[in-house]
Amino acid sequence: MLSRKLLSACLILFASSTAAGPVHEYHLQNGLKLIVKEDHRSPVVVSQIWYKVGSSYEVDGNTGLAHVLEHMMFKGTKNLGPNEFSRIIAENGGRENAFTSRDYTAYFQRLESSRLEVSFKHEADRMSNLVLSEEEFQKEVKVVMEERRLRTDDKPKSLTYEQFQATAFTNSPYRNPVIGWMVDLEQMKLEDLEQWYRSWYRPNNATIVVVGDVEPEAVLALAKRYFGPLKPGTIPLLKTRTEVKQLGERRITMKVPAQLPYVMMGYKVPVVAHAEVDWEPYALDVLSAILGGANSARLTRDLVRSSSLAVSAGSDYSAFSRLNGLFLLDATPTPEHSTAEVESALRAQVETMSKELVTGDELDRVKAQVVAAKVFEQDSGFYQAMQIGRLETVGLSWKLLDEYPHRIRAVTAEQVRAVAKKYLLEDQLTVATLQPLSMKKADAMGTEN
Amino acid sequence: MGVTNKNRFSGYVFAIALLVVNLWVPAQAVPEIQQWTTPNGARIMFIAAPSLPMVDVRVTFRAGSVRDGEHMGISRLTSKLLDEGAGDWSAIEIAERFDATGAQFSSGTLRDMAWLSLRTLSDQKEFSHALATFKAVLTQPQFGDNAISRIKESMLTSLKSIEESPSALGERGFYQALYSGHPYASPPSGNDEFLKSATAAQIKAFYARYYVARNAIISIVGDLDRKAAQVLAEDLVASLPQGERAADLPSVTALEAAARMRTEFPSTQTHIYIGQPGVSRLDPDYFVLYTGNYILGGSGLVSRLSEEVREKRGLSYSVYSYFIPMEQSGPFQMKLQTRNDQVDEALQVMRDTLQRFIDDGPTDKELGAAIRGITGGFPLRIDNNSKLLQYLAVIAFYDLPMDYLDTFPSRIEAVTGEQIRETFKRRLNPKRMATIIVGGQG
Repeated sequence: MLSRKLLSACLILFASSTAAGPVHEYHLQNGLKLIVKEDHRSPVVVSQIWYKVGSSYEVDGNTGLAHVLEHMMFKGTKNLGPNEFSRIIAENGGRENAFTSRDYTAYFQRLESSRLEVSFKHEADRMSNLVLSEEEFQKEVKVVMEERRLRTDDKPKSLTYEQFQATAFTNSPYRNPVIGWMVDLEQMKLEDLEQWYRSWYRPNNATIVVVGDVEPEAVLALAKRYFGPLKPGTIPLLKTRTEVKQLGERRITMKVPAQLPYVMMGYKVPVVAHAEVDWEPYALDVLSAILGGANSARLTRDLVRSSSLAVSAGSDYSAFSRLNGLFLLDATPTPEHSTAEVESALRAQVETMSKELVTGDELDRVKAQVVAAKVFEQDSGFYQAMQIGRLETVGLSWKLLDEYPHRIRAVTAEQVRAVAKKYLLEDQLTVATLQPLSMKKADAMGTEN
Repeated sequence: MGVTNKNRFSGYVFAIALLVVNLWVPAQAVPEIQQWTTPNGARIMFIAAPSLPMVDVRVTFRAGSVRDGEHMGISRLTSKLLDEGAGDWSAIEIAERFDATGAQFSSGTLRDMAWLSLRTLSDQKEFSHALATFKAVLTQPQFGDNAISRIKESMLTSLKSIEESPSALGERGFYQALYSGHPYASPPSGNDEFLKSATAAQIKAFYARYYVARNAIISIVGDLDRKAAQVLAEDLVASLPQGERAADLPSVTALEAAARMRTEFPSTQTHIYIGQPGVSRLDPDYFVLYTGNYILGGSGLVSRLSEEVREKRGLSYSVYSYFIPMEQSGPFQMKLQTRNDQVDEALQVMRDTLQRFIDDGPTDKELGAAIRGITGGFPLRIDNNSKLLQYLAVIAFYDLPMDYLDTFPSRIEAVTGEQIRETFKRRLNPKRMATIIVGGQG
């Protein structure tokens, strides 16, 4: 995975069964991967470039680097001034942005389909010619601090989630927030960003995903023209930092000025990329859907609709992260009930899953939803590209997308019970409780001139 | 999965046909919109989109929070109760019925409107199962006591979550400052007093008045032909009473003086909102104001506001200005968030940027870039079924001309710099704007 085998641009074509056209995969000689999915419904195209680097590649004291670099990618190259890339895309009627997660950093443009070249030309430019200036960095890191205040510091649930993650994981890099700890942002240096850019922003660490009204061969020719000349680099060897075994339940209390109490629970679970038993992540996925997926799922039915214990309750599990993750449950109690009561109700639900078989109707509903979602998602080229890019960047393959409904359909009630019994264990659990503090000062609303 | 194969295959063939067509037809072609009225008075808007085996239906009513009156929150309460028991089915049975075919149901309210949406596979079996459930939710909601008390509680919780969010508080205060005495002042989320006392009789009366055929717009986009769409629409609304279209809203009066409201909040950032009543959907100045605002604060990272606030000074992560067109004059709003001790600087930059734009208007270069940007990006506005459905609902709800989408690019291209200068001077008055500030001490 670290230095991709150099293949001459060879075409691997898979006739997919979906209404959107087939998917084409190409490899340039410098290691860049290009995936093109045809969708000729509208004269538009989305182009995303995914770098195999995210916040989980950072080390302590340097958190937030992946995301700040993402911001700096808009600050000019040897050929363009700060923000000029964005101006060019806007003037072409395009929409653009970028996102950083634990596992990837990605940049995208949506354009009328004849203008794809604008995207390739300038993405190739900033992959190799970025100019990192101290002046732009000093302003942009302030913007990122404002982003952190907006997204995390002033949001009681987000703040709880951040410290919950830091408690659940001991040495896995997933313990750190993607946006970085404020103290790390305050001490970040331009040299750190330069090093980050040199290490990871290489054609052999990138995948381009194009979905839309395009001819795959024409896209390949464009990619060769603009990305072909870029030199591959030596991608740093990433240490594994496998999470140590958790040896007992962990709990934190978050006292935050807030109005609503909240409970979040997470169990350590495997993901597809590391599963020892290949069906287990899919069974966990079905388990999560049955507990907290759609409107008919158990947590809403039992905690919200039947008992009025909670105002809302849900579950979450992602089978496709790079490292092993958490099976999450959360709930907001109604005013008549405490966080302790909803926590016991959530635990009781988990216990039931590990003892009893889910019903055939429940399984059928989850499977029907997966089948329908597969059709619905084709309405969004952006979403299709997201799915392809995400899988590729965590070391899996986009071909899993076609396989996924079959894997879900194959899950049995016994398998759902088996993964609940094996993984949803008290000793593997972390619980965070948000305990609202008075917001008194906020009560006085006054008018001044 | 087998049952949908036929549809999938035809979708695939269509996609290839479209590819060939694209080589010859201009890219901006807007799909054909068909419209008609059902015998009991509901307006139907339809686009055939056969390339994916799915159908989207949205039923929109003039039943937003502007109809709340003294009963603040009743429009949302009614909307949230629709799928909490309908026809012979309990809330749980309804959820199970939608989920059993993977259909997606949602409902919602804004100030002007309330709506119900359904996304379903178009295969006959899934389609009719989902439609039957949707029809019950639309035409036979139970409004049972248990459901009412639970949804009241859920809405009271939402009110509390507004109290812990400086941005939600700012937004609510902004509308109250702009629209004092007008129904737009009333927040769709309602208030404690009414939500605690709301009765089944009040909710049923609201439903009976506003969820009627003549007050309804049904938008349909998907894999069905005109005839099937007609059957679908008539079946859906056949059991709705004819009723009457809701009355037009009172017009909005301009602010008479500047207003400034500061709310202390235990947050690290302060949220700032500045604005005044702006434009209605049918306002003849709309395209000029839209294009001008694109330059001022509507074009993301490349707007003047973003350039001054974020790019030059690093004061905020997100800074925008908008005209939000509504049935009557919706707001013109500028907003940002910044560290508490930077409030004065941020306010100054916002005001200066606005004033300079009103005084001087855009440069020729800015206007050219804006027109190229808006028109060049036009295909992105209508590139999938979700967006087309939205447009259908908006066009019918606000009585926009049927060629609204077809003429959109040319309306933008016709905008001149002089029009923008003149119109902004006439329509915006920085001396009579409301400023809402929510945050901690610097």
